[in-house]
Amino acid sequence: MRRSFLALSFVLLAASASPAGADTTLLNVSYDPTREFYQEFNAAFAKHWKEQTGETVTVDQSHGGPGKQARSVIDGLDADVVTLALSFDVDQLFERGKLIPKTWQSRLPHNSAPYTSTMVFLVRKGNPKGIRDWSDLVKPGVSVVPANPKTSGAARWVYLAAWQYGLEKGGSEAAARDFIGRFYKNAPVLDTGARGATTTFVERGIGDALVGWENEALLVKSQPNGADFEVVVPPASILAEPTVSWVDTVNRRKGTGKVAQAYLEYLYTPEGQELAAKHHFRPTDPAVLARHAQQFPKLQLFTVDEKFGSWKDANAKHFADGGIFDQIYVK
Amino acid sequence: MRAMPGSRRRSALPGFGPALGFTLFYLSLIVLIPLAALGMKTASFGWDSLWATVTSPRVLASYRVSFGTAFAAACANAGFGLLVAWVLVRYRFPGRALADALVDLPFALPTAVAGITLTTLLAKNGWLGRYLEPLGIQVAFTPLGITVALIFIGLPFVVRSVQPVLEDLEPELEEAAASLGASRWQTFRRVLFPALAPAVLTGFALAFARGVGEYGSVVFISGNMPMKTEIAPLLIVTKLEQYDYAGATAIAVAMLVVSLLMLVAINGLQSWSRAHERAV
Repeated sequence: MRRSFLALSFVLLAASASPAGADTTLLNVSYDPTREFYQEFNAAFAKHWKEQTGETVTVDQSHGGPGKQARSVIDGLDADVVTLALSFDVDQLFERGKLIPKTWQSRLPHNSAPYTSTMVFLVRKGNPKGIRDWSDLVKPGVSVVPANPKTSGAARWVYLAAWQYGLEKGGSEAAARDFIGRFYKNAPVLDTGARGATTTFVERGIGDALVGWENEALLVKSQPNGADFEVVVPPASILAEPTVSWVDTVNRRKGTGKVAQAYLEYLYTPEGQELAAKHHFRPTDPAVLARHAQQFPKLQLFTVDEKFGSWKDANAKHFADGGIFDQIYVK
Repeated sequence: MRAMPGSRRRSALPGFGPALGFTLFYLSLIVLIPLAALGMKTASFGWDSLWATVTSPRVLASYRVSFGTAFAAACANAGFGLLVAWVLVRYRFPGRALADALVDLPFALPTAVAGITLTTLLAKNGWLGRYLEPLGIQVAFTPLGITVALIFIGLPFVVRSVQPVLEDLEPELEEAAASLGASRWQTFRRVLFPALAPAVLTGFALAFARGVGEYGSVVFISGNMPMKTEIAPLLIVTKLEQYDYAGATAIAVAMLVVSLLMLVAINGLQSWSRAHERAV
């Protein structure tokens, strides 16, 4: 008994020590609602890589709030690639860990954002509260479910979209502050992540509108109980650009640079873009987007850089401790 | 009972020296080194900003939520846990072994599972929540919900602390009290309670300490609203997600200090009640 156990552990040891290259494992550290997409994408990439090079590659996934995920990588989690909800968190890999070069965002097309999304509303069947635009979400008696901007990437995009609406509608920063204050007054729960907010809205029956990722709203629609909900796309919203990067220091140590880069570049190919569209992310490839135009209604989209300067500025002003988001709750 | 250094009494374990050495080594490895790291991280933070962080209104509110709900839950557990232990020790009934095993379930269950289950039950469309909603009672996403989760988590601490003491307490004591003319209440108050009090206090302290630090089950049921249902451990996680290591450690150290003071106070209370018992 004991001998066979010993033999088994040697076999396991030998298996884990087999030379890299013939059998590579990548770790993709991602944010909350990309589980389903990357599951399918990883299988497609493994097949593609096998055909191209004859090598076997397995991609492991890790999901969670983007801040937590980036911090794990900075603290030493061996991520070969990161695919996070916003560029600010990828930036931290340079700012705090020097794991990637400063110019990481220019290494891949579209500022390293292979697919985009936007912030929309998911309402209950028949839209009983008549929610059509951001202004409907701050009305008294309407209950909204965003996530916590301190811990969730989606929630930051939501916050900035709502802020921009308040700013343009009210014409002043004071009006925007008032608008964003009323918005979060209508939120009975602040989940720590986007998926948690979806659960609160869908499973617990809390709130009149879930405000978050378009891909998440479309995912709920595609579930068996999807008919109980409707997706409302507001006239204007923010262009959410989830960004990706390979992690140079980890790649160097593990010798995975080539395959990590190929993995991310595969996201931009027609196959990768099709899979993104299938999982409700807006493809950046115009041809693929045109094929899925029905799924992604046109709306006026603005970017963070256009309206807020940069993520760094937006973060310092709105989300840092004592920032405008904190001031909503602490007078 | 106590093994003195140099005492000639034969001890089951080999020698005081190696045993104490190992104890100190083990405690340092498991407890002291992580705590020292915590202290060092905080020391890199100026005293002023440390104080500003741990006394900001939002952080103070989260202490109130964390310590308040943990205290309420520990009180509830002290009462009901004593009752459960009493029933399990003093009565023989079918299913007793099963009931006894059930008590340990909160220990074994991953706390996130407990939190999600309780939220599913108590949300306004849940099995229990839907009957409470018309009565105007909201449990999920309120401090009450947090307390419920902490009662669940803390129950075994009180039961398992009280049970062995109760088993050693002979029923003859109660009979003697009764034959001397004591009423039931007097028997409980004068005979049983003084003997059980230290164990109940231990269970209370353990349940309280566990409740203050509990994260996994609470984040699901609390709703995480700043100033209202945001617990201190969540605020620590929030700070970490914002790459604010110093702020997170500052809150952690503040909690540590408060918890330590409370545990010392409870210990003091315990030895007082033991001394009191002996005096009676």
